[in-house]
Amino acid sequence: MLDISTLHYLVLGAALFLLGVIGVLTRRNVVIVLMSIELILNAVNLNLVAFSRYWQGIHGPSALHGQVFAIFVITDAAAEAAVGLGILIAFFRNKETVNVDEVHLLKW
Amino acid sequence: MNPAVANPPVATPFFFYLLAAVMIIGGTLVITRKNAVHSAIALITTLLAQAGLYLMLYAPFVAGVQIILYAGGIMVLFLFVIMLISIERSLKERQFNKQWLIGIVAAAALGALFIGVYTTTTKGRVLFPEGRVSYVESQNTQQIAALLFDQHLGTYMFAFEIASLLLLVAIIGAVVMAKKRI
Repeated sequence: MLDISTLHYLVLGAALFLLGVIGVLTRRNVVIVLMSIELILNAVNLNLVAFSRYWQGIHGPSALHGQVFAIFVITDAAAEAAVGLGILIAFFRNKETVNVDEVHLLKW
Repeated sequence: MNPAVANPPVATPFFFYLLAAVMIIGGTLVITRKNAVHSAIALITTLLAQAGLYLMLYAPFVAGVQIILYAGGIMVLFLFVIMLISIERSLKERQFNKQWLIGIVAAAALGALFIGVYTTTTKGRVLFPEGRVSYVESQNTQQIAALLFDQHLGTYMFAFEIASLLLLVAIIGAVVMAKKRI
């Protein structure tokens, strides 16, 4: 049977990234836009861990830099979700809506 | 080169394609469902399937962090916020904005770029590796800790401290944003 290579994981990561990009560009609901950003970050994480796996094959089992980077990306995602949802609550309190179209305070 | 393949993984292609299918279907549901709660449930499914893929890549620590932090922490935060804001009104409205066609065209261009990169060959080989080597994962968590904390090996110690500062800033920012009066 065909073995699963790094390229398989990269293609899956690219597909998830594209789904996230489509979600960010087309949805109106801010909550779902934030969830799409989480999808994008997860696609990147999958690529990082797959590359870490490949790097281990070359430099020995202690070369785990990709996995450490994935942990940092998860930390960033947590911070981003907390601040983003805080902004969303403030926005909802002022405007009574969650549509991105109606966020135009700085437009003229 | 690979001394530790005493117990080779079983049926790797089957589980890879199963988890990949779960992830793709879950991701599609995230961006197409009307109800934000349904999207959140689909996203949790996707994240759990991804944790399974991390296990297949011999990254048990990252898989645990993924389940505890993403599926357990961030998604609960999302569900709380969905329940704080009223979703009845947004259910009746248009779900996609006016630029949806341009958005899909842009995403398709990005997809064409991905396909181009992944099929590019130099000297008859693709840019990215096709095979991989197996190692046991028994030392994984210790080795990550060594990279993060060890005095001599700790390449990422400074970045770790900066990450804690980032989390502090995020906590303060979230409280400032969400509180009515400070």
